[in-house]
Amino acid sequence: MFKEMHDLFQWAWLIPFLPFLSFLLIALVTRRSKGLSAAVSILAILSALGLAIAIGVGVIQSWNGEEFVGREAVAAANWLNIGGLKIDFGTIVDPLSAMMLFVVTLVASMVQIYSLGYMHGDRGWSRYYAYQSLFAASMLGLVISTNLLQLFIFWELVGLCSYLLIGFWYFKVSAREAAKKAFITTRVGDFGLLLGILFLYNKFGTLDFAALSNAMNTNFQDFALIGGLSYLTVMAILVFIGPIGKSGQFPLHVWLPDAMEGPTPVSALIHAATMVVAGVYLVARIYFLFEHASPAALQFVAGLGAFTAIFAATIAIAQDDIKRILAYSTLSQLGYMMFALGVGSLTASMFHLMTHAFFKALMFLGAGSVIHALHEKQNIWDMGGLWKKMPITGWTFFIGVLAISGVPPFAGFWSKDEILAAALHNGHPVIYAVGLFTAFLTAFYMSRLFFVAFTGPSKPENHPHESPWTMTLPLIILGVLSVVGGLVALPEHNFAFYVHAGELEHEAMDWALAGISVVAGLIGIGLAYTIYVRKAIAAESIVAKFPGIYRLLKNKYYVDEFYLWLIHHIMDGLAKVLYWIDLYIVDGIINGLALFTRGSARTLRRTQTGQLQTYALVFFFAVVVIYLVFAIGEGQLAALNPLAMLGGVK
Amino acid sequence: MSFSVGLSTYLLVGAMLFSLGLYGIFAKKNVIAVLMSIELMLNAVNLNFVAFNRFLGNESVLHGFVTAVFIIVLAAAEVAVGLALVISIYRTRKSTSVDDFNWLKW
Repeated sequence: MFKEMHDLFQWAWLIPFLPFLSFLLIALVTRRSKGLSAAVSILAILSALGLAIAIGVGVIQSWNGEEFVGREAVAAANWLNIGGLKIDFGTIVDPLSAMMLFVVTLVASMVQIYSLGYMHGDRGWSRYYAYQSLFAASMLGLVISTNLLQLFIFWELVGLCSYLLIGFWYFKVSAREAAKKAFITTRVGDFGLLLGILFLYNKFGTLDFAALSNAMNTNFQDFALIGGLSYLTVMAILVFIGPIGKSGQFPLHVWLPDAMEGPTPVSALIHAATMVVAGVYLVARIYFLFEHASPAALQFVAGLGAFTAIFAATIAIAQDDIKRILAYSTLSQLGYMMFALGVGSLTASMFHLMTHAFFKALMFLGAGSVIHALHEKQNIWDMGGLWKKMPITGWTFFIGVLAISGVPPFAGFWSKDEILAAALHNGHPVIYAVGLFTAFLTAFYMSRLFFVAFTGPSKPENHPHESPWTMTLPLIILGVLSVVGGLVALPEHNFAFYVHAGELEHEAMDWALAGISVVAGLIGIGLAYTIYVRKAIAAESIVAKFPGIYRLLKNKYYVDEFYLWLIHHIMDGLAKVLYWIDLYIVDGIINGLALFTRGSARTLRRTQTGQLQTYALVFFFAVVVIYLVFAIGEGQLAALNPLAMLGGVK
Repeated sequence: MSFSVGLSTYLLVGAMLFSLGLYGIFAKKNVIAVLMSIELMLNAVNLNFVAFNRFLGNESVLHGFVTAVFIIVLAAAEVAVGLALVISIYRTRKSTSVDDFNWLKW
């Protein structure tokens, strides 16, 4: 069985290659023709989706009822060979990458079809599809990378695409600024990742995932490095700094909400479903490093993830911009995935990654549909009563809200439950509590968004209409997946059999825990219903009661302001000091050298008088001096006496 | 007090001649006089060479004499060039004072 499949796996490289080809085609050939550009791009991503599904089926079929026959297939070609540095470019097909390939190609296909409607009439149409293709190629390349350097290259490429697409409407100042912010902020994280990669290479002489894992399994003695942390722990944390930037973990999360300046389908694809989970994927891919490191590494991941989850969820409560609410929700859910990894459940994290991709892409596309219908209005208080006017968008968005709130049997229920169960069963009650509270907050702010924007009386100034089929079709497909996507966790097609690290670690369905999280979610929804639909409790009175907290949340804990302060005071201060050093010390040395040369030259040239007799005098005395020097040098002090010399001659 | 003419006598005369020449070079303003002073110094050196050869060498060694003849030839050539330069400068500058020959400077 696996042998036949192996032939198919060898074609995995086509999955990123097709979108890349489409990018080249659009950029070089079809950019003048809007129709052709979109057709090329969508055809490429759909072919990639077909291949990804075939490979996914192949991976599932290699399960023979007892075990996997060949858990992974790696194909690699030597790319770089300089001295001892040997870097391959290859493809890795295992359950993890097969799942990611499927999710990425699926969401990318949906988003590209959706964009036919959303980007209709945009001047940069062909450019948009070229970027979309390039992004798909980079993300898929990242997923099937066989080594850290290859992954890093694609990692930077998706960052570039993110930059290009956030700043897609480059004539808007805010878009340009947001693009720069995203690029620079993630770059901070990438620095840590690069350091980690370099150190790992330095120690192990390889960057290949399999070889690294092997090297750590056999005869590697971990040793203390700094501050009581072992070498591998430091490496794990350094590498994890990359995901902190890319996956928007605190404190590098600030770029993600601003990235909403890009077109909404871009937010759905890159800043919700795919690119931002690259960090989670990276941690999953090098999970062996975290396992070999001391528990501190995973505790750090878990702690930061849990903090980000609750931190972003509280901010989302007080936001009014529909896309920003979704952005903070994304941050919060990414935190969920991170702490799932941190508490030791790769399965749960990857499961949530998949279901989150479905329902978050769905909600972003739904938000895009609303924004499209209302002509670029994004404040939820300007909406209202949209459900009746836009039934497909309304219903699918409702599914998304139920899914993220963890209401059974929607996708989010299964994955969230698995994460919370893993947290509790692996002995992290605090993180479990934080996760549970976050689930409640999530249900609350998503319902708030839904009730305010979709129910209630419609605003007379709005004339919403349902979006064209190109936009509703992806919504329906993603809606269906958000309903049934969680069912892969059921025992008969258990996700955990395919995607896990080391020992099978599936959490049996814990109905008591599931019940608690469902109740938490329902309380959240109910509270939102009471406040925003029944209006039994006035939202204003709550705000009036806790003005400080409200201001804090509204202003996102002033993190941006803090960074601004840091830049203004610390960075600028440092820059001033450095400027002073440059101006007075560096320049001073250079100018001083020049001044010294000029001054000494000005003095010395006075000796060139043009007077022959002066020269002769100097010449004479010089000869005398030379004579004396030689005479003393030879120890013939007696020669100083000319009479003695004359006498000696006689 | 017996006085014999030996090497020291010649060297003494040579040193005197040399010092006179040196003084002339530093003190004379007329460029012709300076040239003459140089001749004096050269001849003082010649005298030394010849004296050394005569008193320290033997019949077959003639290095000192030969060198002296060389120096006489060189001195003649030097004076020829020097006087030509002096005449040339005199034509443009109407002066033979060394103090006026100072335009080759900063």
